[in-house]
Amino acid sequence: MSVALRDYADAAGPEVIDALERLARPLRGRRVVHVNSTRVGGGVAEILARLVPLMNDLGMDAGWEVIEGTQEFYGVTKTFHNALQGVPVTPTPRGLEVYDEMNRQAARTIGPALADADFVFIHDPQPAAILRHLPSRRGRWVWRCHIDVSRPHRPVWKFLRPIVAPYDASVYSMAAFAQPLPHPQYIIAPSIDPLSDKNRPLEESEVSSVAARHGLDPSRPVVVQVSRFDRFKDPIGVIQAYRIAKRHLPIQLVLVGGTATDDPEGDAVLAAVREARADDPDVHVLLLPPDAHREINALQRRASLVMQKSLKEGFGLTVTEALWKGKPVIGGRAGGIVLQVVDHHTGFLVDTPEGAAFRMRYLLNRPNAVALMAEKARRFVRENFLLTRHLREYLTVMLAIDSGGGDQVEVA
Amino acid sequence: MTPGAIPHPEPFRFRDCSLTIVSLGRIARNLRELRAELAAVPVGSIQHHFYDAFLRPSFDDREYRNDFAAWTRRMLRDAPLAERLSVINPLDCADFEDVRDRLIEVVEERLAEDPRHADVPEGMEFRFLRSQMVYFDTGVRATTVKELREMLPRTTTGSVFYHFVEARFRSPQKRDDYSLWLMGFGDEGRTLADRLAQVDFQLWSLGETRSRIVDCLDASPQGAT
Repeated sequence: MSVALRDYADAAGPEVIDALERLARPLRGRRVVHVNSTRVGGGVAEILARLVPLMNDLGMDAGWEVIEGTQEFYGVTKTFHNALQGVPVTPTPRGLEVYDEMNRQAARTIGPALADADFVFIHDPQPAAILRHLPSRRGRWVWRCHIDVSRPHRPVWKFLRPIVAPYDASVYSMAAFAQPLPHPQYIIAPSIDPLSDKNRPLEESEVSSVAARHGLDPSRPVVVQVSRFDRFKDPIGVIQAYRIAKRHLPIQLVLVGGTATDDPEGDAVLAAVREARADDPDVHVLLLPPDAHREINALQRRASLVMQKSLKEGFGLTVTEALWKGKPVIGGRAGGIVLQVVDHHTGFLVDTPEGAAFRMRYLLNRPNAVALMAEKARRFVRENFLLTRHLREYLTVMLAIDSGGGDQVEVA
Repeated sequence: MTPGAIPHPEPFRFRDCSLTIVSLGRIARNLRELRAELAAVPVGSIQHHFYDAFLRPSFDDREYRNDFAAWTRRMLRDAPLAERLSVINPLDCADFEDVRDRLIEVVEERLAEDPRHADVPEGMEFRFLRSQMVYFDTGVRATTVKELREMLPRTTTGSVFYHFVEARFRSPQKRDDYSLWLMGFGDEGRTLADRLAQVDFQLWSLGETRSRIVDCLDASPQGAT
């Protein structure tokens, strides 16, 4: 569905849209290209699917390119992903060659679209090495790192650092994620799209129908975790927490996962989750296709509370989505979850399955507290984490870089 | 002509600003490191952690409005220090270098009282940031108090920050832009300006501050719509 910038006025406020149009005036006609590694699956693809059209709506010439890779390439970049988040794994020399070769090929195939662009945003490590294969680049290149690289496995960072150091700037979701690099490091929190199928309001009948289709008992509480089947999301820990809480409450657990084309480990984690579930009929493990946004929306709305018990996390957009729907969140003390989950205000931070189980019991026994949290959670997201704020910060970074990096920039 | 419709000789020009945050890559894990970094960081970082942080995406129900006080309370768990840091008011200081000196003085005093300050857990460090601010004219103008009141709810929180918070550091009188403009309406304008001075922006989110400014104008015959 095509959405125009003005459609966001109801959710974000008309004054926010007016300000975006003013701010973007100096950038009209400028060519902006985003590059990532998948068009579907994962938060980055979801953000780009909306951000790019909105940049065009503001008069920029914005495009989105995807680096094509083999399974071997995705295996290597998954190793990068894990290593950058601290897991002591290192790609083989052959893997590093594959990584470089895929980036060299991408520089040939999508390079012409990038070489003349005024601004190029390279998302995450997968396409990062394109830059070194495009010596004739003209515009400003920004490495947009969505993952937590605060404590990377050093051998992998040592390989990646000279690849990203020549960029004009880098952007991280949190200050804690940044690594020292010889260029400005901007902090931009990501966002959710209030008009997308995943976040738009749904009729109660649709929510009930989706819940019934997945065998959920309408009379009992439901705890939902939505995330890829990834070890850092700790789905096994969620099942452990559920089992402890289940001794006290007749709860049902839904683990909703999808697969992304760039995540070859998902199958192994999914198998482990199914084994941990055993034959418990109240644990629902759902593997949904990447376009099942409305279904995920319905399941989040059906939830009595939402879990995101990550051990490592980028920003944690599933938390933002849950808060937007007025659901308190029990979240792991990791990454951007700590920015969003504030104890007793929007949910609780936990460190263990036992802690998560206790907070499940606490919340499910206090409907009045949950109602107050719901109101705060929604306002918090409206003021801070909608796509319009994200777009404004991208514009601001482009204007700041364009001006040469001064602390104060005046635009006409 | 109704009171609120009297035109000002100069229209009020609504401006706006947008913040982007830059990491300095400098951190403090304990009070001694905080002391050392406070002395070393660019002064713009001190300003960021006092006021520009108003524009940063964050949970707004915070106990302390400057980042140094909030961190010492939440992460160092040092309530007396947090209380002393929270009362430092940059408007009482000559400039942000002066603010820096006062911060260091308070921290050193605390270190002398109790030198046993441990490191915070990993991930809870104080991270020094600075701002890059982009300013722009919104094209919106008000010529009467009534128009100012009508337009205020339709301005962004960035605009409120520019005119009501940051303006105090641009103006020799340390007053906000709305007040300075209102004072051009004579005694009644000055009364309104005095009323606006009672809105303590340090206690509210920018959205809440905007509502309180509108309430002040509503209470005036000039601004009543």
